[in-house]
Amino acid sequence: MVNAPKISPKAARGVDLRRRNQAHINDNPLMPPIVNGKAVFELESGKYLKTWQGPQHPGITGNMSLELVICGDEIVECKTHVGYLHRGFEKLLERRKYIQCFPVVCRIAVPEPDFNEYLFAETLESLSGIQIPEKAQWIRTMQLEMARLASFFMWLGGQGGAFGMETQGQWTVTMRDYLLDRFEELTGHRIYHMYMLPGGVRSDLPEGFLGRLRDTLDTCQTTLDDVERTMFHNAVFKMRAKGLGVINPAIVEEFGITGPNARAAGFARDLRKDEPYGVYPQLDFAVITRTDSDAYARAEVRLEEMYQGISLLRQICDRMPKDGPFFTPLPNVLHWQVPKGFIYTKAECTRGEYGYYLESDGSDKPRRLYVRGPSYTHAVSLMEHLSIGCNIADTAGLMVSLHTYPPEVER
Amino acid sequence: MNDMERLLEELARRFGATNPLQVKMNQYYVSVPSAQAVAALTQLKTLEGFGHLSFFTCVDYLEEDRFELLYLLHSYTRGTDLGVRVSIPRTLPVQMEGIHHLWAAGETYQRELREMYGIEFPGSPRLHDDFALEGWQEMPPMRRDFDTKEYSLRTFEARPGRAKIDNREHMKKELYPSEAETW
Repeated sequence: MVNAPKISPKAARGVDLRRRNQAHINDNPLMPPIVNGKAVFELESGKYLKTWQGPQHPGITGNMSLELVICGDEIVECKTHVGYLHRGFEKLLERRKYIQCFPVVCRIAVPEPDFNEYLFAETLESLSGIQIPEKAQWIRTMQLEMARLASFFMWLGGQGGAFGMETQGQWTVTMRDYLLDRFEELTGHRIYHMYMLPGGVRSDLPEGFLGRLRDTLDTCQTTLDDVERTMFHNAVFKMRAKGLGVINPAIVEEFGITGPNARAAGFARDLRKDEPYGVYPQLDFAVITRTDSDAYARAEVRLEEMYQGISLLRQICDRMPKDGPFFTPLPNVLHWQVPKGFIYTKAECTRGEYGYYLESDGSDKPRRLYVRGPSYTHAVSLMEHLSIGCNIADTAGLMVSLHTYPPEVER
Repeated sequence: MNDMERLLEELARRFGATNPLQVKMNQYYVSVPSAQAVAALTQLKTLEGFGHLSFFTCVDYLEEDRFELLYLLHSYTRGTDLGVRVSIPRTLPVQMEGIHHLWAAGETYQRELREMYGIEFPGSPRLHDDFALEGWQEMPPMRRDFDTKEYSLRTFEARPGRAKIDNREHMKKELYPSEAETW
């Protein structure tokens, strides 16, 4: 463990509680016997119940399911099942020319497709040695921050909804829609934007776009203030989220935890700072951390990152270059052969480290394009680990607090 | 000699690592023999600070009859990525030593690789549980010799009344007859 921050007393209480639950599971004769290190559940004994949460369930983030063994209302075993959204992207990409891959990649993460576009474009540019104009860098960073904000707005609704607060979800989804209006204006699309082409971006900013973006940001900020007052200061939310799903800093590296989940455990790790890309080195922002490492701390980190996102977008609006090219001419894309080699490119998305690994054999199709989504570890192994001892009513809140998107698990 | 060069040299000396390569600033790759791979990963994780496993995946080189496994590690103290590449034969049954004892998340990667490429990792928990493909009976689908078109034609039926068109021929003959010669 390198530079593990000390766990705060509040979070330590959560860890103790968890440890106590674990001891309770091992010693209590009512709990299942352990054979070869594995709990054996006799479902016929009537002590346990196997239940499925998902794939069609409001408490599940997207299309996945949890196979839960419960004793009373406490979870004693959890297995996650994915595959309800498997579309075989990585296989599809191996059979397509590079430019044909471009409209496919954004479909890998539905609420936040821009990181896929950015990483695909950036990976190809790095491997082919293409430099993109400065204005394209600014527009790309702006779009990534808009995507971050839109995605967090969707998450806020989910997190509130999981604890029975559905009003905030309606506000935040409206704000997301205002941002989608801006996306529509900029790219012509609301959900899958297909805007960051290898070589730059597809079109210049529409006239007066930055002014309208500023207005939208003002509206978003007002709503965020309301959400902070009504949700984050709400006793129900605090009581249910505090101490829920405590991630011990010691397991952060073991489970490959990144993003707000790691920052809420005290690790000041943000790829925008550590390995800067786009125009982030020119923008003023700090890495937001907490030490409690529970669902509430993670929510606080995300809320602050939303305010930070608004501030970053305002800085970008102020400093966006007025003119200049937004695109570098590419070779004939129908016959574009990317030089032989391999490279891994990553970016900080709302959930953590999002990465693309491209291996090219020098032909006009990728040999292998691997997509590293942060949910791959958060939604599967980490969720299975954290949900043990958790109350069944809190499972949805726990899952949303990890902010997982199943499509990037199965790709 | 910088810190990473020293590390790559040590990997070569201890584990027979070859082909050290820097692809961009703070990103290095090295090839390690399969028998030494887990020992090298253990050293990198426990002694050299490469505690974060970004991902673990496989690239299929059908024509060379080998799989290239890639463990991409990251060290937060050095701020460096290090990809450990391991070549193993691809003829079934394929076996590789697991890394689930080093990273809890390794189990999930291994389940996926078992399902998608048919690589066995003896001792890995829940290795034979379905991951994304429930009830899959065919050849592991990410292997390059898996014919997706043949599988689709065999498994699914075209809706009645739907004409079968060879897209390539249709474009040449019907849509762009004048330009077809230039393709």
